[in-house]
Amino acid sequence: MNDLIQHSRRTFLMKIAILLNGIVGVFLAIPIIGYLLGPLLKKDSSYNYWTPLGSLDQFPVGETRLANYHNPVGVAWDGQTGTIPCWVRCVATGKFQVFAINCAHLGCPVRWFPQSKLFMCPCHGGVYYQDGARASGPPLRGLFQYSYKIAGDQLMIKAGELPTLSTQASVAKPEHSPCQG
Amino acid sequence: MPGLKQRAIELYGWFERRIGLAGPITEAAEHPVPSSSASWWYVFGSAAAVILVMQIVTGILLALVYTPSAGEAWNSLQFLNHDLLLGWFLRALHGWGSNFMIAIVLIHMTQVFLFGAFKFPRELTWIVGVFLLLMTLGMAFTGQVLRFDQDAYWGLGIGTSIAGRVPFIGAPLVHLVLGGPIIGGTTLSRFFALHVFVIPGILLGCVALHLWMVLHLGINEWPMPGRLVRKSTYVQEYASITHKTGIPFVPDAAWKDAVFAAAIILAIIASALFFGPIGPSGPPDPTIIQTAPKPDMVFLWLYALLAYLPPKLETPFLLIVPVLVIGGLVLLPLVAGEGEKHWSRRPVAVLMVMMIAVSLGALTRLATYVPWSPIMDAWSGDPVPPKFLERRTPLEHEGALVFQEKQCRNCHALDGVGGMRGPELDAVATRLTEDQLIRQVLQGGGNMPAYGSALSPPETTALVRFLETLNGNRIPARDPSRVLIRKSETVLKPHNESLTSASQ
Repeated sequence: MNDLIQHSRRTFLMKIAILLNGIVGVFLAIPIIGYLLGPLLKKDSSYNYWTPLGSLDQFPVGETRLANYHNPVGVAWDGQTGTIPCWVRCVATGKFQVFAINCAHLGCPVRWFPQSKLFMCPCHGGVYYQDGARASGPPLRGLFQYSYKIAGDQLMIKAGELPTLSTQASVAKPEHSPCQG
Repeated sequence: MPGLKQRAIELYGWFERRIGLAGPITEAAEHPVPSSSASWWYVFGSAAAVILVMQIVTGILLALVYTPSAGEAWNSLQFLNHDLLLGWFLRALHGWGSNFMIAIVLIHMTQVFLFGAFKFPRELTWIVGVFLLLMTLGMAFTGQVLRFDQDAYWGLGIGTSIAGRVPFIGAPLVHLVLGGPIIGGTTLSRFFALHVFVIPGILLGCVALHLWMVLHLGINEWPMPGRLVRKSTYVQEYASITHKTGIPFVPDAAWKDAVFAAAIILAIIASALFFGPIGPSGPPDPTIIQTAPKPDMVFLWLYALLAYLPPKLETPFLLIVPVLVIGGLVLLPLVAGEGEKHWSRRPVAVLMVMMIAVSLGALTRLATYVPWSPIMDAWSGDPVPPKFLERRTPLEHEGALVFQEKQCRNCHALDGVGGMRGPELDAVATRLTEDQLIRQVLQGGGNMPAYGSALSPPETTALVRFLETLNGNRIPARDPSRVLIRKSETVLKPHNESLTSASQ
């Protein structure tokens, strides 16, 4: 009888101990999960900042040129990955289109060919017209575009995020080329 | 001397009394296996385990030097390759070990599948094996990222773009994979943690479970056509086979495993010596865009598939098919846990293996020469072959210049040289008439961009004149109505002339 009482008391204490560990576990798990999901809890808008791209005279009217910007939200040990290229097309004085370097298919770097006025992607053969509209190949849409503004003699773009189909540098989709046939 | 031997036995006894593992280990090593299973076909699993040990050892040795920082990783790999004694060899062993590991794991899986070894009671061994395969592929991908070069940078871009296609949670998923908004310092550290701590930890746990189950359930007996697996009788049948024909695993069966493992390690050493370390390619600098990124050998088939899938099908395919494939592999032993084991009585299984092998092989082969990609420097690097320029008019020569200058060559080959994205144009004039050529050039279509805005009318005329000369010495395509018009013009001409002269 005495054994039975002792046994049930110890069993009870064991259950209390398990419960205690469960509570401590939850207390420990909440900050761990918060730490892991940290990159998710930031709002998208807090990733993109106005970033200088260079002075306006680097981008003559009618030309499309490669420009680099320093990523505004990087860390000190990003190294070379912190400097990101983009294509700047000056349509008319004060009017620009700034395209992400990343193909809208799977993110490879597109190259501009001024002679044929096409962007071509080396990975899976995505091709875009000079205004960024999809020309052929596997991409589902035109090139991603950054929002831009002119501050003094500087061209600024809103950048900071790798553009993919769900994280787009800009909501603006390029208009269709009139010569698409 | 006898005293020394006595002392050694006593020392062994001292440890054994305190550790007490000699008994269970000897028992496990000498457990009886059916003599038919002591075959060269049963050596792949143990070879994978031996490669795993080698990967762990070489991985730890590389970690002595490797710097998991986006700014320094590439430099530390250069240091390993060029400045540190035999650093290149350790990198080569680890890289080629990874290739051999995937090959051996796939062969092991195919053998287990064809020998029906996944059937009762070894269903869970197979399922754990499926997760081991996934983790092996995970190690290959994360390892490729740690080789933080151009291909790794853009490969991450491809992986992230795939993650970005997931509906609803695409954006958070991208941020979770990258550890932030871009590919950078935080990305490399998390792939380092995955490659070095997270996946190996789970992998080793699963390997232990996998091996324990092999010991606990016994190695699969050699299948015989007509000997069916039934849950009610199998355990007894297996016990009687091992009782009648059983031989101790060590040494009677294990010597083959040991010989094969040695051969495989030797092959890895030979590959490392002959082919050297894998990469790194150019530095992970996104501003160097003169690059054509490609994944490692293991993922080439996927790279090819992404080029050939119709664009609209791509996202559903990427999101649904992996779930179906993994689900199918996991459910296989639960659905087909009984019945025939022998491959000669399982034609569907054999056909499936052949189909998958041929598909993966063909896609991998295609990805080695990427016929779907434009060749970015063909327009400036590969001149028009002289035979297409002989006895041509100045206008046609001008057309050949336009052809090169407008990058047509990047997608179209001449005489077998140039891009393969579009058709070869050696005999294009036999397929398209003049009007069709003009239309195709200006308006594009059939996966060709429109060149209307990139060509002036004189350039278009010259280009089409040149293309019309490319007839492969066969009869060129003619528009019948155009022929009629020309004929009527020649018939009318003298008549008109006579009219004109009469009026004068």
